[in-house]
Parts: sequence; structure tokens; C-alpha cells
Amino acid sequence: MTSLITMDDLSNDEINEVLEAAEKLLPVARGEKYLPLLQGKILGNLFFEPSTRTRMSFETAMKRLGGDVVNLGAVASSSVIKGETLYDTIRMVDGYTDIIALRHPRQGAAQYAADSAEVPIANGGDGAGHHPTQTMLDLFTIKQAHGGLERLNIVLAGDLRYGRTVHSLAHALHRFNCDLVFVSPEGLRMPADIVSDLEALGAKITETDDLFGSINNADVLYMTRIQKERFPDEEEYRKVSGSFKLQASDLNEAKENMIVMHPLPRVDEITPDVDKTRHARYFEQAFNGVVTRMALLCKLLDVEIPEGEL
Amino acid sequence: MSAPETAMRRVTAINNGTVLDHIPAGKALLVLKMLGLDGEMATPVSLVMNVPSGKMGGKDIVKVEDRELTQSELDRLALIAPHASVAIIRAYNVAEKRVVNLGEEVVNVISCCFNNCASLGAREPLDHRLKVATHEPLSLRCHYCGRTQDMEALVDNLL
Repeated sequence: MTSLITMDDLSNDEINEVLEAAEKLLPVARGEKYLPLLQGKILGNLFFEPSTRTRMSFETAMKRLGGDVVNLGAVASSSVIKGETLYDTIRMVDGYTDIIALRHPRQGAAQYAADSAEVPIANGGDGAGHHPTQTMLDLFTIKQAHGGLERLNIVLAGDLRYGRTVHSLAHALHRFNCDLVFVSPEGLRMPADIVSDLEALGAKITETDDLFGSINNADVLYMTRIQKERFPDEEEYRKVSGSFKLQASDLNEAKENMIVMHPLPRVDEITPDVDKTRHARYFEQAFNGVVTRMALLCKLLDVEIPEGEL
Repeated sequence: MSAPETAMRRVTAINNGTVLDHIPAGKALLVLKMLGLDGEMATPVSLVMNVPSGKMGGKDIVKVEDRELTQSELDRLALIAPHASVAIIRAYNVAEKRVVNLGEEVVNVISCCFNNCASLGAREPLDHRLKVATHEPLSLRCHYCGRTQDMEALVDNLL
């Protein structure tokens, strides 16, 4: 693997290998051990769109492993504002760094960058396209909770149309034979080409707008934010967002080990009382971004994690 | 005279040039656009549309005089008429038969139909690349953004 653009760049064996490496790196991610595997390496963080978790966790991951980071900074203060092409920006940063993490508003930007650069590209989200490093941390969180990824019942809820995290995740979960339930308002359903692709591959998919009827059978409830700007008026938004608001009492009949995940930031879709339930995993999920990206950086830079105990 | 012969002779035989036969009925104008033969040109072009065909039910035929279309031009034809037959005519005789060929990728012929694709950024220099996802029926996906292309709108995105 030279770059990570979509989950198709990783085989199931490679996914497992990265998740196992991540598990092993947990004490390093927590700062309990220092393991400078990436000393002398530089990550170029190119975030053309706002990001808190992805950008910071890439940076933390690199630094926990002894590497360094250079940032594009705000687009407004870079050459991008002068009309520099993505190609030129990438060629330039390619010369400065050993690996690039990229987030860009245009779909396909990560592949475009990979075709422009010599160094590996880690896709940190491209338009409504893919977000494979998020998928990897989601898989890590699911594996932590359920001991594996196979044959789980996964409910993906909220904005499935524009939410790139769920696009990559749905593809990956199908590869582990999970049953997928897509819960969304009519206008925010999973894009038809993604559903038809998954069905052609033999995925078992249920589509519904009934969130609360989908909870009790779920092993994982993956909530996403419904954005106000996707709706023609405030009234329509309020109506829809109300039926996608999860409260602790909605989880009374949920399976004992069911987990609630969310890529964050959340707004109203998960009320704070859910945080105190045994089901809430979204903050651990955010932390897992560091350890998973540590493992992915090692893989992309072809750096071996030592055998045995660290 | 058989039906196909009748169809071919609706337009006068050409001395030199290229005959495109077995174009799906109604697609001849799209073929002209795809081949860049719809604007001003010195070359006479004749077309026959919706003529009976034993094999296809109905078909279109295009005759381009005094110009032998190149293989790369003909390969564009595969996007609209993958089963078209092509004859190069010299001195009223078929000098050569060619087949249209759609490879695994269509490069710098059509741009991605998705207006937020990274390949459409202003002055971005990399090739426009559409991968053939399936041949029958033909479907294309952008190499960069992965979007399935709207096959009805292909000619609108000709480069």
C-alpha cells in the first residue's frame, strides 16, 4: 500500500493487521511509553477544510511516535488563495515531507493528490467521498467492544447522504459480513449508487426512517449529525432532527453490549444523558483516532512495529 | 435487394472516406458530436437514421467523405455505439475494416460529470480519467472521485 485513499486500499487481513498494531500501540498513544519509531519523519498536514479531531489526532499520532508535523495552516493565508492548483500544492509539500494527510472539499482530491505525489497520501476526507482513517478508528472501536468485526448488526443513522464517514464505514462493514441498517430522513438517504454497489456485492441492507425501532437489535448504533443547511426551511429541519434525537431512555431495551458511536461533533442528536450510559463510546472513539492513525502512519511509511512487548 | 443493402444505398456511395454502420437507432447525431464532426468542416458528412436492420431492428449510418477517421477517434465511438462497424473506403471499395475498441479506461475524452470532482478544479493538469466499470451495459466511473457517470450526459462533458 502506497497511499490510503479508500478502504479498498486495505485487504481484510491488512485491516486486522493495522487494528492489532493499534492495540499494541495503546500505551504509546496514552503517553505511558515512548516509542520514537517515526523519528526523523515529517507529516504534512494539509487541511483545506475545518477539522479538529482528524487534524489533531494525526498530529498527536505523529508526535507520540517521535515524528514531526508541518501544517498548511489556514487556507486563507496560503498560496491556495492565490489560485495555486492542488497539483502544485501537493508537488511542493511532497518535497518537504515524508507523508501527507489531506482533507479537501472536492471529492476525489485524495486520489488526485496521490497521482501527483511521490510520498504516501492519507485521505482525511474528500468532499462527500471517503474518510478511511475514520473508518479504521471506527472499526477499532467496534472490535474493542465486540471482540471482532464479523456478523454484527450495525445501524447507521442520520445524514447518510452527505456523511462521508458512513460511506466508507458501510463498505468496510459489509466486508466483515455485518448486517447493515440505514436509518435516515427521506432526503438524506444513503446514495443510491452506494446501496446498489453494496447489494451487488451481496450485502444485507435494510433502509428505514424509524430510528427507535432499529435500536433493540443493534450491536452498534452509529449516529451522525443532521445539518440544518441541508433543509429548505427551519421547520422541516426541526421536524426531522426531532425524530433523530437519541436520549438515554431510548436505550432501555438495547442489547447489554450495544455501543453508541458518533464521529463528532454532535449537536442535538445525542443528549448528554446518553454519555453516562454503558453504551456511549464516542469519546473513546475520538481517542482511538490517535492510536489507529499511529498504526496507519507506520504502515504507510513502511515502519515495522517491534515484535513482543513494547 | 436485402434490407441492409437498401439501407446502405439511401445515401450515395462515397469515393474515399469512412462509413460507420450499426450505430444504435437515433444516436447518429450524438456520434457526430462525439467525433467532433458536428461543427464547421470542409468534409461532406451524410447520415441515415432509423433504417431497418436485421440484427438491430433499427440502426443509423454515418458516411464521412474524404477523411479516414483515426483509431483513437473511432474508439470514442465505442462510448455510444460499442458494436458499430467501421469501413475505410478508398476508390469506392472497402479498403479496411476496423473495430471500435473500448479499453479499460477513457482518457482525456470526457470530463467527470460530477461538478465537485477534484479533476475539474481550475487549471488542474492531470488527465481526465474515466474507468470502464461494466461493458454491457456500458458504465463509467471517475478514476478520482469514483462517481458513476451519467451516460445520457456524456457528450455534454466532451473535452
